[in-house]
Amino acid sequence: MSGPRRDPDMVRPYVRTGGRIRARDDVRLESVVIAATAPTDTLGPDARRVMRLFAGADGGLAVADIAAALELPPSTVRILVSSLMDSGHLASPVDATDDQPDFDLLQEVLRGLRSMV
Amino acid sequence: MDFAPWSDRTDASTRTDESTRPDESTPAEGAERAHGTDRADGSVTYVPATVTRSAKIVVAGGFGVGKTTLIGSVSEVRPLRMEEPITQASAGVDDLRGTPHKTTTTVAMDFGRIHMAGGRLALYLFGLPGQARFQPLWEDLAEGALGCLVLADTRDLDASHDALGLLDSAGIPYAVAINTFPGAPSYPEAELREALALEPATPLTYCDARDRTSSLHALITLTEYLSEHRSAALLESRR
Repeated sequence: MSGPRRDPDMVRPYVRTGGRIRARDDVRLESVVIAATAPTDTLGPDARRVMRLFAGADGGLAVADIAAALELPPSTVRILVSSLMDSGHLASPVDATDDQPDFDLLQEVLRGLRSMV
Repeated sequence: MDFAPWSDRTDASTRTDESTRPDESTPAEGAERAHGTDRADGSVTYVPATVTRSAKIVVAGGFGVGKTTLIGSVSEVRPLRMEEPITQASAGVDDLRGTPHKTTTTVAMDFGRIHMAGGRLALYLFGLPGQARFQPLWEDLAEGALGCLVLADTRDLDASHDALGLLDSAGIPYAVAINTFPGAPSYPEAELREALALEPATPLTYCDARDRTSSLHALITLTEYLSEHRSAALLESRR
């Protein structure tokens, strides 16, 4: 039988994210989330810090915004946010269905950038 | 010139902090930091409640090439910084013996945000370090990007090669913008293309990363290319 793993880099993200080891595919750096209502008393310390950012907020935050505000690694925040979406604490601003194809998104970005110059 | 208030900030988008000591902080320590220490320079800027979609463009390039400057000149919110510690096995033959000689490097990444489409869309711009050793970071963080603007400096074109290699292997479409530093040499476009080994279709443009309009034009060049690239791919798939 092999001994326990002592590699701190294997342990830490797992502990910090409450058991999840991978982010959801739809939770990326730029993914915006808003607070939903769910009791926060069972959450771990980092998850509670995330939820505190949303207290009284009148808008959302992207994963990257959360990482910067809490000084947590973005890879860890991706997993934390995934976990908080699974548990109903956070939600996408739309009801998740990304029904528009990417092509429209590019056209919107192009129009938006052109309107700024 | 059209400067953003923070555009005189120095480009420090890669700060490596190499040490052979593993990161010893524990979850408990991390949690204790929470009270009041979250960002000295102010509060979080929330994404307006009107935003229902977001998108990402990556700005890549070597150290000091102007990634942070460009992001700062176009961002509508003060650019923020996030830091990702990455652990790498140290170079050499240690791997086979399993000895835990590791290097922890903290990669700092700056980003900004532009709101568009009547407030429905938030476009995030992320500066990512272009060095080849950051490939795992790229796989995690560049996923889903619309595309990438590679900034290059004619005084050190070799510094762009790693970023271009990362993008080629990740299949992320890109355009190259030469950030025109005062006093940097200028070369004919054909020579630059050859030096950077660019495909004929890859856009090559120029910008002054300190200037908002100039930076926006570089992003427009990229987005026009992405749009054509996508149309071509759609046509191809219908054949």
